[in-house]
This record gives sequence, C-alpha cells and structure tokens, in this order.
Amino acid sequence: MKLVTMEAFYAVVGLILFLVAGRIAADATHPKRWGSAAFWALLGATFLLGKRIPPAAIGWMVLAMVVLAAARQVGRSAPQEVPQDARKAEAQRLGRRLLWPALAIPATAVLGSRLLGFVHARGVWLIDPAQATLISLSLGALVALALGLRLTGAAARVPVGEGGRILETVGWALLLPQMLAALGTIFAKAGVGPVIAGLVTAALPTQHAWVAVAAYCAGMAIFTMIMGNAFAAFAVITGGIGLPLIVQAHGGNPAIMAAIGMLTGYCGTLLTPMAANFNIVPAMLLELKDRNAVIKAQAPIAAVIFIANLLLMWFCVYRF
Amino acid sequence: MIKLAGILLIAIGFALRFNPLVVVLAAGIATGLCAGMSFPEILTQFGQAFVDNRFMTLPVVLIVPVIGLLERHGLKEYAERCLKKAKAATAGRVLLLYTAMRQISIALGVNIGGHAGAVRPLIAPMAEGAARTRHGAVPEETAQAIRAHAAAAENVGNFFGEDVFIAVGAVLLMKSFFDAEGMPVSVWALALWGLPTAAVAFAAMVWRCRTLDRRIARECAPEQGRAP
Repeated sequence: MKLVTMEAFYAVVGLILFLVAGRIAADATHPKRWGSAAFWALLGATFLLGKRIPPAAIGWMVLAMVVLAAARQVGRSAPQEVPQDARKAEAQRLGRRLLWPALAIPATAVLGSRLLGFVHARGVWLIDPAQATLISLSLGALVALALGLRLTGAAARVPVGEGGRILETVGWALLLPQMLAALGTIFAKAGVGPVIAGLVTAALPTQHAWVAVAAYCAGMAIFTMIMGNAFAAFAVITGGIGLPLIVQAHGGNPAIMAAIGMLTGYCGTLLTPMAANFNIVPAMLLELKDRNAVIKAQAPIAAVIFIANLLLMWFCVYRF
Repeated sequence: MIKLAGILLIAIGFALRFNPLVVVLAAGIATGLCAGMSFPEILTQFGQAFVDNRFMTLPVVLIVPVIGLLERHGLKEYAERCLKKAKAATAGRVLLLYTAMRQISIALGVNIGGHAGAVRPLIAPMAEGAARTRHGAVPEETAQAIRAHAAAAENVGNFFGEDVFIAVGAVLLMKSFFDAEGMPVSVWALALWGLPTAAVAFAAMVWRCRTLDRRIARECAPEQGRAP
C-alpha cells in the first residue's frame, strides 16, 4: 500500500484550475468570460476525475476544450499588474529572502526523490517509489508556496490570482503536450513508424556503411520531429534502421550507435513544435510574441550538434 | 502509405498556422480512421493518453502560483538587481553559466531548473538585467531574443547532460531496448558515448551566447554615438 500517490497531486492541480475558472467566472470585465471559465473548469475536471471516469468521457471533454480554443472563446483577463515601482520596493524590502521559496522547489525535489521513496514500514510505503521524482517536485511546489505566503504575508487568494494570470498567458497551449502525447499513441497504434523506416531503407543505397549511418541519424531526427519525442522515435528507428543495417549488416557497435543516435533525436526535439512542453509552452511562459521563437533560437545549435553526431558516429561506430 | 495522412495534415496545418490543437486532433482522427479505428475508439484513445500524460502539465500548474506570488513581490526585479554588481556579466555569459550548471547537475542525476520554476522568474530576468547594466535600455525585440535564448539554454543543458547519467531516463530506455533484443550492451558504454556530444552541445552554446552578446551590443548601440 502507498499512502501518497500522484492522484493526490493531480487533485490539487484540478482544484487550482477550478479556482482559476471561478475567478474568471466572477470577473465581469473578462473579454471571454464564460468560454475561458468553461475551458479551465474542463481541464480541472480531467485532472480531478482522470482515473474515476471512463476515458471516453475524457475524450469528449478534450474535444470540447479544443472546440472552445478553436472558436477563440479562450482569452486573457485584463492584466492587473502591480506597478514596477511597488515591485522594486518589495524587492528592496525582502531582498535575498525572495530566493528561498524559489530555491525550495529544487531542494525539496532533489532531497525528496533521494529519500522519500525508501520510507516504509510493514509493507506500507509513504509514497509510491516509482513516482518519487514527480511527487517530490510537487511537494517542493507546495512547500515553496507555504514559504512564499509566510514571507510576503499575502492572502491565500493572491497566489491563485497571480498563478491564474500566468496560466492565462500560456492559455490553450497548456494542452498541447498532452494532446501531442495522445497523437503519438495513435501514430504508434496505426504503425506509422515502420512505414517511415521502410521508406527510408527503400529510398537509400544502404549497402554502403556510411549511408546506413546517415539514414539512421536522419531517421532519428526526422521521426523525433514528427513524434515530438525522441524516446518514441528510438525504438522505431533503431529497430527499423539501426539494428538491421548498422549493427547486423555492417557490424557496427550498438552502444555507440544508440548513445549518439538518441542524442541525434534530441536535435529533432530542439526543432519541432510537436515537443510543445519544451518549445511552445516556454515561449508562452516567457511572453514571446513569436510562438516559434524558442525553436528559431535553437535551430543553429541543433544543426551543429546534428552534423557533429553524424561525423562522430560515422568515424566511431565501425571502429570501436 | 495512407497511414502517413496524419503527418501530412500536421505539416500543412502548422505551415498554414491553424490552431495547433485542432491540427493535432484532426491528425489523430485521420490517422486513426486510416488504421481502421472508429471515431469513438479514437476519442477514447485520446482521453486515455490525455489522462496518462497529466504529469506533463502538472509541474507548470503547481509551480506558477508561488512564482506569480514572488513575482508580485519583486523576484524578477531582485534577480535583475543581483546582476548589477557583477561587472563581468553579459546576457550570453549568464545563459552559458546556466547551461553549464544544468548539464553538470543533470549528469550527476540532480534535476534542477525548468522553464516555469527557474527560467521565467530567475534566469531570463538575470540575462536581461545583465544586458541593461551594460547597455542601458534594451529594445523590446532584443529583450525577446534574450528570453528565447534563455529557454534554449534550459533545453540544451537539460537534453545533453542527461545521457551521461546511467540511472535515469534515456540510458535505461536504451538498455531495456537491447535487453529485449537479447543483446548485451553495458550502461557504462552508453553513458560514455554520450560525453562527446555533451561537449559539442556546450561548444555550440558558447558560440550562440557570443553571437547573442554581439547582437545585443549592436542593437543597443546609441544612434547619436555613431560617427557622422
């Protein structure tokens, strides 16, 4: 038995989202009052009820959220920022102490993930050891919130208001990572990967050892861009191109192939809007005008690493 | 071949800048229908995967309340002010230092940082603060570029340090893949061969950060200071 599982924290997230929805519904000046409130309440419900209602119902709720977003019914409330002078004065007053809550998040996450997973007595575990990292990160966020409230002396509704303001700047893009993960499972079920691996091998003269390396690296990067996830690409491309061509046909070293191949997949992650949690959500969090600004900043880096990996694998994989 | 219809939809939809949520849902439905799934089956699949992947959204929602609270009380202004005392600091050097910290700590198995918890409240304001200390007012376009590079510093540090550590994520995934194929591959070899790329990634970041600093200097150069 496990006393604390992730479901508890998903419920907290659901609760936060309901409070955000409630705040929007109560705000008569909100430009998209009811659409936005419904959107955040629906999202909250998927977190709170996730495992308790059938997946089909969640599917319909997802469809409803997509329709609300597509119909432009999800908007931002008018910004009610504290004037910069007031914030500067607060920075002066609180100084270094402002950092403690911010640092409490990683500190709790690191300590918790090392220690909490081992606490158990008579078969009862304090937390689910398999989820120690996520649970500790969530705990860190809550510890930080408690510290922050104590430090600033703010009322409990302030963090909900301010957090809601940031969530509204991210907006419907917050859904993208989960939506893309769902698309990935459908791609996997439909067998998209083997089709791509087949196309690549059929189109290229893979009897040359270096062509096999190029096909594998390009396959990893491209399929990662399509799936938004290098882990999903790894099994498909390594199984379809890497193992049969580099290892079995040309006698390459599997460890070198896999290690460099995975990192070549990460070059694809840097380049794709499909990896929304790394590229799109941060652009919204940082309030960038161009949704693809992070990808554009990363493109030269990804190109350099891709070429370096290609050369590295070509020189090393058949030699060691 | 027809199974690739979804990928085509994605490419077209993203290129024409349709709402990405609609594009993704449409691609899922198209791919599912091509593979012989029914519409309710596809929605169920979407619902199931949506719930299974709640962990992707959880950190952002849990962290933003405290970050919003601290920002209201001047965390960004404090982070900017800290950089005023560091004379050698430039935006590029701040970001490079962050990438190095992120790469080294995650290679040792310590995952600190994140876009919501570190980049937005601390790293991006520090980089912008360094640019302001050095050049005075920074145009909005330039500030946006600094922030985009801050997000890039987080991603590069995160991705290209992780594979050096043997006990998490990517290395274990590769190991279990080879185990399933019945091939003996050592986790140490996998981690070792992650090192050269980690070094290349950092070198690429050095190059981008210096380019960023030169760009900031160019775009912040006062017009009246130029020779007639």
